[in-house]
Order: sequence, then C-alpha cells, then structure tokens
Amino acid sequence: MFSKVLKRIAISIPVLIGVVLAIFIMLRIVPGDPATTMMGEHVNPAVIEKISREMGLDQPMYVQFFKYVANALKGDFGTSYRLNRNVTQIILDSFPHTVKLSLLAALVAWIIGLSAGIIAAIRQNGLLDRLFMGCALMGVSMPVFMTALILQYVFAFKLKWFPVSGFDSFRAMILPAIVLGWNSAGSIARMTRSNLVEVMQNDFIRTARAKGLRENGVIVGHALKNAMLPVLTMMALQISSMLSGAVLTESVFGVPGIGRLAVNAIETRDMPLLQGTVIFTTILIILGNLIADLLYNVLDPRIREGI
Amino acid sequence: MNEQLLQANSNAHEANTELVLDIRNLKSHFFTAKGVVPAVDGVSIQVPPGKIIGIVGESGCGKSMTAMSVMGLLRYPGKIVGGSIILSGKEITHIRPKELAKIRGNEISMIFQEPMTSLNPVYPIGHQVREAILLHQKISKEEAKNRVIDIFRAVGIPEPQKRYYSFPHQLSGGLRQRVMIGMAMVCRPKVMIADEPTTALDVTIEAQILRLMKKLCEEQGTSIILITHNMGVVAEICDYVYVMYAGKVMEQAETFTLFEKNSHPYTQGLLKSIPKLDEKTDRLYTIDGVVPNLLHLPEGCSFCTRCSQAQKRCFSEKPYLYETGQNHGVRCFQYESGVHLDGK
Repeated sequence: MFSKVLKRIAISIPVLIGVVLAIFIMLRIVPGDPATTMMGEHVNPAVIEKISREMGLDQPMYVQFFKYVANALKGDFGTSYRLNRNVTQIILDSFPHTVKLSLLAALVAWIIGLSAGIIAAIRQNGLLDRLFMGCALMGVSMPVFMTALILQYVFAFKLKWFPVSGFDSFRAMILPAIVLGWNSAGSIARMTRSNLVEVMQNDFIRTARAKGLRENGVIVGHALKNAMLPVLTMMALQISSMLSGAVLTESVFGVPGIGRLAVNAIETRDMPLLQGTVIFTTILIILGNLIADLLYNVLDPRIREGI
Repeated sequence: MNEQLLQANSNAHEANTELVLDIRNLKSHFFTAKGVVPAVDGVSIQVPPGKIIGIVGESGCGKSMTAMSVMGLLRYPGKIVGGSIILSGKEITHIRPKELAKIRGNEISMIFQEPMTSLNPVYPIGHQVREAILLHQKISKEEAKNRVIDIFRAVGIPEPQKRYYSFPHQLSGGLRQRVMIGMAMVCRPKVMIADEPTTALDVTIEAQILRLMKKLCEEQGTSIILITHNMGVVAEICDYVYVMYAGKVMEQAETFTLFEKNSHPYTQGLLKSIPKLDEKTDRLYTIDGVVPNLLHLPEGCSFCTRCSQAQKRCFSEKPYLYETGQNHGVRCFQYESGVHLDGK
C-alpha cells in the first residue's frame, strides 16, 4: 500500500512540471509587458526598462524558468505586481474562504445527491424518481453563473433572505454553497441512481434476497458499497476541483477565494499571482486524484491486489 | 385444512409422510409488452422430507421460474397468479415480505447456477455466510463465525479459518459453489433448491459437488430440489423426477421407473438424446423442432408440434396428467385410462 502511494506521487511529479512549464510559457507569449502593467501606460520608457531589468525580465526565458522553479521549491512564488505582496501569502489568505465554501457545498452535494440517488433508484420510474432526476438534470446542465444569478436575484435581491454578496457570515455562505453544491449533487444523484439500478441486477443481489435479507437490507448492505465505488471517485475529484476555486460562483457572490483571485490576476495581468494560483490548483487536483485512487483501493478488494 | 392435509398425504410418494414442501397447481406468469407469458402453468410438486427431487427440462421450460416462485424471488414483470405453496404446513404463497424474509435462507434456501457472480465481490466470504446465520438466529458474532468455519469444513473448503477472510475473486468456481452450498445449508433448512448448481463447473468438480450435496442432505435431513437439464445427474442422485416442458409437468415418476418405463414421448426423446458409450453413431439423436414460444403455445398439447406420436386430437385438446402406475404420472392421451392427477 505504502509503496503504491509513493509510486502514485512519483507519477504526479512530471505532470506538475509539465503544468508549470506550460503556464510559464503561455504567460510569456500573451501580449502585454509586465513592467508596463505595473507602472501604467504613460510612464517614461527608461523607468520601465529599469524595472524590467530589476525583475529579471530581460534575461532569457529558460533562465527565468529555472529561477522561478528554484524559488518555487522554496515556497516562494514571487511577488504580485498589483498587490506588491508575496504570492504564497496571498493564496494562503484566500484559501480558507474557498475551503469553507467547498466543504459547505460538498456537504450539500453529498447529503442531497446521495439520498436523492438512492431514493430514485428504489422508486425507479416512480414520481420521486422523475422529480429528483429532473432536479439533478437541471443542476448538471444549467450553467453555474445562471443558477447563481437566478438564486441571487430571487432569494437575495427580491426576498432578502440572504445577503446579495460577501462571505463574512454563515448566512452569506448558504447561497453560494447551494449553487456550487447543486451542480455536484446533480451528477452524484444521477451516477448513484444508475449504478444502483445496475448493481441491483447482479446475481449476488438475488443471493442476498435468498438468504433472508429484506429489501432495505439488500440495498444498504449489499448494493450500496458496490454502487458507491465510482461515485466516491467522482466525489473526491469534485471536492478537489471545488477547492481549487469555484471561479464563477465566487465571482458572482463576491467570495474572496482562490477562484476570484485567479480571475483578478487575469484581469490585471498579474503574472506571478496567476502562475501561483494555477500551480496551487494543479497540486490540489493531483492530490484529489490520488485520494480517489486510494479510496478505490481501500473499498474494492479486487483492485487492492490488482496492481 | 384437515382435508387439504389428507389430500397431500394421499398424493405423497411415500404414504404417511408429511410433505416438507407442497406446491399445488402453481401458476406464475410474466406480463410483458407482447402479452402474457405463462412461464409456470399449473405445476404441482411434492417434496417429502430428506429426499432429492429432480426437475428436468430444456432451457425455458419454466424449471427455474418454479424455483424462483417458491423462493418469492420473482421480479416484475413476473408474478404468481395462482396455486399455492405450502412449506411444512404453512401457506407461503402470498405472505408479507417481512414473513417471507424470515423463511428464506432459514427454512428454505437456494443455490444458483452462477457461482462466479453469486457472491458479493466486496465482502469476505466468511462474512457473507455469517450474515445468513445472524439474520435468523440470535447468537454472538464469534459463535456465528465458528459455525461458518464448521460449515466451511463440512463443504470441503481447505483451510477454513484462513478462507473465512478470502474474497470471492480469490476462489475458483468450484470453491465458490461450495461457499454457496455452505451458505444455503448453514441454517439447516428443510428444503434446499439447487438451480443447475453444477452447470458452470467442469465435470470432475460436478461429481464432487453433487456428492457433497447428497451427503449434507442425508446428514441434516434436508430435502433438495435439484433443477437440471442433465439426465445423468438425475440418474445419479435424484429419488423422484419431474419432467417439465413449456411450463407444465409432462411426466413424474420415481427415478428408476422413469429410466425403465419412461412413457411420455418427450421423456423418451430426452433419454434417447443421451449419447451412449456402447453404440457407434454418427449423429446424436435430437428431438425435432424447438421449444415453442410461450406466447403462442399450440392449442392442444404443448408438445404436439414436436411429438413423433402425435394424433389428431393432440392438436386441439389439452391432455391431463394421467396416473399410469404407483407414483407415476404422464401428460399424454396414450395413458388416458389413468386417474387425472391435475388440480388435486
């Protein structure tokens, strides 16, 4: 088990290097000179040149890259052009907001998604099934910014149940969590339902019935664990993607998290900050994948021995 | 009630023995979009204690569906529409799911054709068998575990203590079927239904499994309903045989009688189809034609379209099950002089 974890981490390293390289090159290809961005348009060209030199922007790209990686390994992702603060510090400051939002959203998604999926599977083709699957389809297929805007308009602006934006109270967190959670709940419910329905066709379900389990016992005791394997993977991936910043939800509700940080960095061409957030996000996603894989190992004895 | 019991006794294969399982005129139909499929169409089967009863027939003749009906395992669109199933004097045909769950796995159990897929892949086999005990008996988990290890030893699983924690994928098909038999026998049921238990296994394992079932049956006094399409298996271990075709019992007899005096043209055909070692033939015997579509059964005898001895009336009139000798019934007009056994 331990060697497997190490192997998986080792595989992740080239992925991380690739992402760093790609984002580094991309940000240097796009038009716009960082020094100009920092100082504004109407500044003496000599000043801009001086600043470029100070920032090391006149050096060849590979030199810049290795310097960046060397610093990054020490935990230093450079200084934000706009905010003039250490990028690592900025990310660590906004991450707690994203964590709060993600955990709340995940809670909404798991509780609603799983129970809706299970009930829909039991009442297959019934009224509840149709109702839940309709809601799930809406959650999956409606663009997040649209649900966000509609819920914001109805519940915050018209009904005034929640604040329109901000993230300073629990009440303010509810709407963003629902918007973000609905989307995940939709896919969790759909996947849980279809997996359960499929697993219930298996021969071992008949065995479970034949040995004297009642229908609920069959579902909870025998079908659920089999049906949950792929769903758990999806849930782990979902939460890692939520943690890496729900760009749209955070923007609409003004949540000062990682997602909004990235959007701001793009708008202001704040290269070090953008690089920092992308790399941070990548690490989170890789970790999420790793955890999903390990979960699978813990739950499925066939895979535990496979590799 | 008394009358029913009397009747049951009079029809039992051995006089004065109370039946463990008495299936009377059972009808299970499937309500499909194309129409009603009478998969089980008035089947009566009597199981005395400690006997092995065989049900033989081709694929789709309703033998598995009879078993599923008895276990209450029929799923939509299948449904029991008539008849009764009496398990040790108790009517279980339409009892509530809660009551049914108490009986299943406890008084009546079943093993299936597919040992490879009949065990849950994510739990250790020991726990799966232990569950069957804990569901029906109030004993501690530790005690139940010991019982599982005992039954594993009894069904011939090597290193039962270690195997207790094995997962199904670590076992061969033969071992998995032994686990299934263990699970079915662990509560000492009155009847065990074995639905083609050896079809998916190779021949050497088949003999072992059959011997094991017979041994356990004798030791525990459990009756077995053995469903098979293999006449050899029937000859080997069954005491009494029902031959089914298109949802109906065509012939019923003690095993010896069936092989000696087989009377129904269908049974004759089945027995002729068994290849013999001492005869040199180029082609094996087959019964002409195919099993009729249950949606469009012939108006008369359901076997008439394939029967070599069919008369004119066979195509328009349905024969009853006629008694031709002691404990011997045949559904064919050739034996019309006998007493009707149907519906009694």
